[in-house]
Amino acid sequence: MSTIVTGEVGRPARQTAETRAGMRERMQDILPKIVLAPSFAAVLVFVYGFILWTVYLSFTNSKTFPNYTLTGGRAYERLWGWTFDVDPPSSWYTSITNLGIFGVLYIGICLALGLLLAILLDQKIRGESMLRPIYLYPMALSFIVTGVAWKWFLDPGLGLEQTLHQWGWTSFHFDWIKNKDRVIYTVVIAGVWQASGFVMAMFLAGLRGIDGEIMKAAQIDGATTLQLYRRIVIPMLRPVFLSAFIVLAHMAIKSYDLVVALTSGGPGGSAWLPSNFMYEYTFKRNEMAVGSASAVIMLMTISAIIVPYLYSELREKNR
Amino acid sequence: MKTFGKVLAGALLATTMMTGAALAQSKGEVQMLHWWTSGGEAAALNVLKSDLAKEGYGWKDVPVAGGGGDAAMTALKAMVAAGNYPTASQMLGYTVLDYAAAGVMGDLTETAKKEGWDKAVPAPLQKFSVYKGKWVAAPVNVHSVNWLWINKAVMDKIGGTEPKTFDDLIALLDKAKAAGVIPLALGGQNWQEATMFDSIVLSTGGAEFYKKAFNDLDEASLKSPTMKKAFDNLGKIKAYVDPNYSGRDWNLATAMVIKGDALVQVMGDWAKGEFVAAKKEPGKDFYCYRFPGTDGTVIYNSDMFGMFNVPAAGRAAQAALATATLSKSFQSAFNVVKGSVPARTDVPDTAFDACGKKGIADLKSASEKGTLFGSLAQGYGAPPAVANAYKDVVTKFVHDQIKTSDQAVIELVKAINDAK
Repeated sequence: MSTIVTGEVGRPARQTAETRAGMRERMQDILPKIVLAPSFAAVLVFVYGFILWTVYLSFTNSKTFPNYTLTGGRAYERLWGWTFDVDPPSSWYTSITNLGIFGVLYIGICLALGLLLAILLDQKIRGESMLRPIYLYPMALSFIVTGVAWKWFLDPGLGLEQTLHQWGWTSFHFDWIKNKDRVIYTVVIAGVWQASGFVMAMFLAGLRGIDGEIMKAAQIDGATTLQLYRRIVIPMLRPVFLSAFIVLAHMAIKSYDLVVALTSGGPGGSAWLPSNFMYEYTFKRNEMAVGSASAVIMLMTISAIIVPYLYSELREKNR
Repeated sequence: MKTFGKVLAGALLATTMMTGAALAQSKGEVQMLHWWTSGGEAAALNVLKSDLAKEGYGWKDVPVAGGGGDAAMTALKAMVAAGNYPTASQMLGYTVLDYAAAGVMGDLTETAKKEGWDKAVPAPLQKFSVYKGKWVAAPVNVHSVNWLWINKAVMDKIGGTEPKTFDDLIALLDKAKAAGVIPLALGGQNWQEATMFDSIVLSTGGAEFYKKAFNDLDEASLKSPTMKKAFDNLGKIKAYVDPNYSGRDWNLATAMVIKGDALVQVMGDWAKGEFVAAKKEPGKDFYCYRFPGTDGTVIYNSDMFGMFNVPAAGRAAQAALATATLSKSFQSAFNVVKGSVPARTDVPDTAFDACGKKGIADLKSASEKGTLFGSLAQGYGAPPAVANAYKDVVTKFVHDQIKTSDQAVIELVKAINDAK
């Protein structure tokens, strides 16, 4: 302390104050970087490092353990071959067609149902604060819990069918979860049940953000409720649609636990998604190269969705 | 790149590593990775724990729950990649050989010589516990797959007798169906279907054929008319399941037989553990028969304790663990609980029930006659990639994705060649 005081004696007071302010400013610039550095390094290694590692492994001949000699794209060739094995369906073919069915239905129904619920809840109804959490709470459950609960509920010998039979409706028949052609739709049902409440919350936030004046103005101009929503509200919710779509799309591509908990893979592996395929091949079948290759393809699928989104977002900001 | 991978894998398993660090400090302790966490199995393992404690060795569990051990094997992979070996790990079949080829297994040859394992342990088992002349694993038990488990009350009700041929079995199933009982308790998961198909192939083609097709992976046998016939038989038998079988766990299927809802289950002898746990007695409450047409042959799988290349300080404890594992007293005590039979053929069968006694006798004679074969469904017939390709084909056939046995045979050859 005393040294600082003696130092200050020789200099004009104004200059010292300026240096101090400069120091503080510089610190303010650096501090966030210092604070963020560890997590940035962690992300760099654990996310991007692993991505590169996986890409590398997919070009090797790795079986049980990683093998670092590059051997070319044999793993991709095998996947490519399986893509067209329709009769009988190869596991890879099943996985990607299931992802198509699951992805489209899951995202579509979640968006539609979420929007509908949000609009209904937005009608200034009584007890909204009670209803909202009821729809939102499924999101708080893990996929495993959702999967197990729906597994019991949909099991013809335990759940819905059995109960309705006991109540006397003996002709009721619902065995999709045991049916190789239908089982993927049960995954959609459970997935929608879990995520639509969350989408509803996103839309609700969007609806609350719309200026009431615009609505009033439209009503004064004689717009019907339907027109109001179709022409004004829904177009204004575009950013919410986009965010919800991105969240749902990556959830669809990475869902693994739901399939395992709900169907344990389905009859003859008919409920597999690419993530199940990846885990099976990497860890159970000791075909790490094929597993890695399928992971790379999943990553590319996600990128194909995320990159255009990021691009359009950034472009809009620059404008 | 390799060290990089090690560091990452290590970080992922930080918690497991902490237990590992604790182990390194205290001398004379075994660190054991296993998935025997359920009641009976955990109790059986306690016998080993107390055996070791008597000799003054400590015990550190690394239990990773999950029936088939998938989770445990993933954990083991990460531990080994991080250079942090457990003293021993429960392992199955080709996994032991994979790790031995990677050079991370220890050497038990000295203990094996002293204890006479070479003679006592059946030769086919040694294929998995001995790598390039060195003992790397201690077999704990031998399970055999080709069994029928039948509810006696139901059997008496329909007036059935022990089926001696596959056609007898079908006739018996028909009787059960006529009496309004679910004839066949099956869990529609790929490994259960394939386990049943192992027995069907053995029954259809005989011992030589099974070995050629499912152990040697001989292409001519795989696409032979006999294999086609086996698929036809699978097609016949699968008509006797209840509509809800798909995805059912094996122990629930066993429970159906125990309760008398179903007549018969085709399952390995771990099913007996369920009967015993339900206080049922063989001969009085249930029957254990060999799958018709497979008497005298044993399709096996076996739990092994793979021994890792631990630092010198831990070797004494490791040797003690290995000795205790294959001691006659532990082999008897453990296998009575587990439902399997001892991994050495010179253990007295006095403590076992009728099924256990038959199992021990069958193993001994099969071992002498050379009719003891690894189960392909259980990963003892071929490496995991092939075994899983096989399970794919069987399960797709059972669930009608593959529609005819002609197609099934073509697919089987294709899948196995692709995975080889």
